[in-house]
Amino acid sequence: MSILAAEEHNPLLPPLGEIIIGFIAFAVVMVVFFWFIAPRFEQVFRARREAIEGGIERAEAMQVEAKAALEQYRAQLAEARTEAAQIRDQARAEGQQILEELRTQAQDESARIVARGEEQLAASRQQVLNELRTHIGTLAVDLAGRVVGESLDDDARRRGTVDRFLDQLEGMADGRAGATVSEGSR
Amino acid sequence: MTSSALALAGVLAAESGSGDGFEAPGLGEFYPEPLTEFSVFGVDFEITRITLGLWFATLAMIVFMVLTVRKPSIVPGKMQFIGESGYSLVRDGIARDVVGPRGLPFAPFLASLFFFILANNFMSILPLAQISPMSKFAFPLVLAVICWVLYIYIGIREQGVGKYFKDILFLPGVPKPMYILVTPIEILQNFIVRPFTLAVRLFANMFAGHMLLVVFSLGAVYLFQRDNFSVIFGPISALMAIVMTFFELLVIFLQAYVFTVLMGTYLNGSIEAEH
Repeated sequence: MSILAAEEHNPLLPPLGEIIIGFIAFAVVMVVFFWFIAPRFEQVFRARREAIEGGIERAEAMQVEAKAALEQYRAQLAEARTEAAQIRDQARAEGQQILEELRTQAQDESARIVARGEEQLAASRQQVLNELRTHIGTLAVDLAGRVVGESLDDDARRRGTVDRFLDQLEGMADGRAGATVSEGSR
Repeated sequence: MTSSALALAGVLAAESGSGDGFEAPGLGEFYPEPLTEFSVFGVDFEITRITLGLWFATLAMIVFMVLTVRKPSIVPGKMQFIGESGYSLVRDGIARDVVGPRGLPFAPFLASLFFFILANNFMSILPLAQISPMSKFAFPLVLAVICWVLYIYIGIREQGVGKYFKDILFLPGVPKPMYILVTPIEILQNFIVRPFTLAVRLFANMFAGHMLLVVFSLGAVYLFQRDNFSVIFGPISALMAIVMTFFELLVIFLQAYVFTVLMGTYLNGSIEAEH
């Protein structure tokens, strides 16, 4: 029965009404896609692309910043190193200078000590010499008195004699050390 | 009563009857009794369950797609992800990659084509509907004619009337004597074969798919009714109906995609002027 009914239809020759219905249905779909769905999707895609690109840009900016900071730190480190080297050099030079000063000071000190020692030595010598001179004078007078048998207690004369004698002795010594001058003068 | 139900009644009747054999479902499948009929300006409109199927599929698809982009966000939710994947498949996979760098403006058209066909094809295995509006030649024909008009219009707009028709009539890079052979083929190809194959491919696939499913389903019912050894073949027939349903699912996607991709290549030919 249904086969017989179908004989009236040719599946490749659709009725006009169906074509119009199909056209309307597809037109509705196209309108919705063009006016609503496609723009919304494009908007999402654009937003997403911008978000990704923005993220990349931010990351790049941060990288540049980090690189700059690194450069700065490196420069500061180099600067600090140079400074440290300078300070070290300066300290070394200062130390050298101090050492030099100390050495000079010590030399001065030692020279002064030596000089003082010599002075003292000379003073002692002079003292000893004077004492000896007195002693020798007394001894010589005693000796001479004993020899001559007369007292030469008269101070004035004694001193004069002794002094003369000693001067002669000194003169002899000078003449021995020096030249014929003192001998000539005598 | 739908025609499938009529056929089912026929099969059931055969069991009680004098065994006049299995009455295979025929073309009547595609001409269910109209639910209502009216006439506008002399054009007859028959609203059948297939027409309702078309409206239902189209509306459901539109509602679904609108829901997926109702609250668009950069990080898609589940709904948006599904809609976006589908739209990207057409936008990137066809409009950008097949049509070419200038193909993005065609993305909305190609997407509406793809989703319209997909939704309507899907009616062929949706329980209770189980017949695709695309198995009615009128609907694929409408789409094919729209595509036909569009790709010719784009060809003329992009290349100019003279160059577009000259390149079709006299294919560049072909030896002159060969035009006797090539020119008629090219004319046939561009203006008749392309839209016709576009429409028939989709229509025939959905038509044949529906016939396969109906025959196996009704066959299973019929074979289960008989008390002789044909009971053995009943389960096989039922199994085949299930297998063919999965196959139909494949065809649903494939035909929607093929239609859209082919339209993409035609648009590409119109835009880029190289055959």
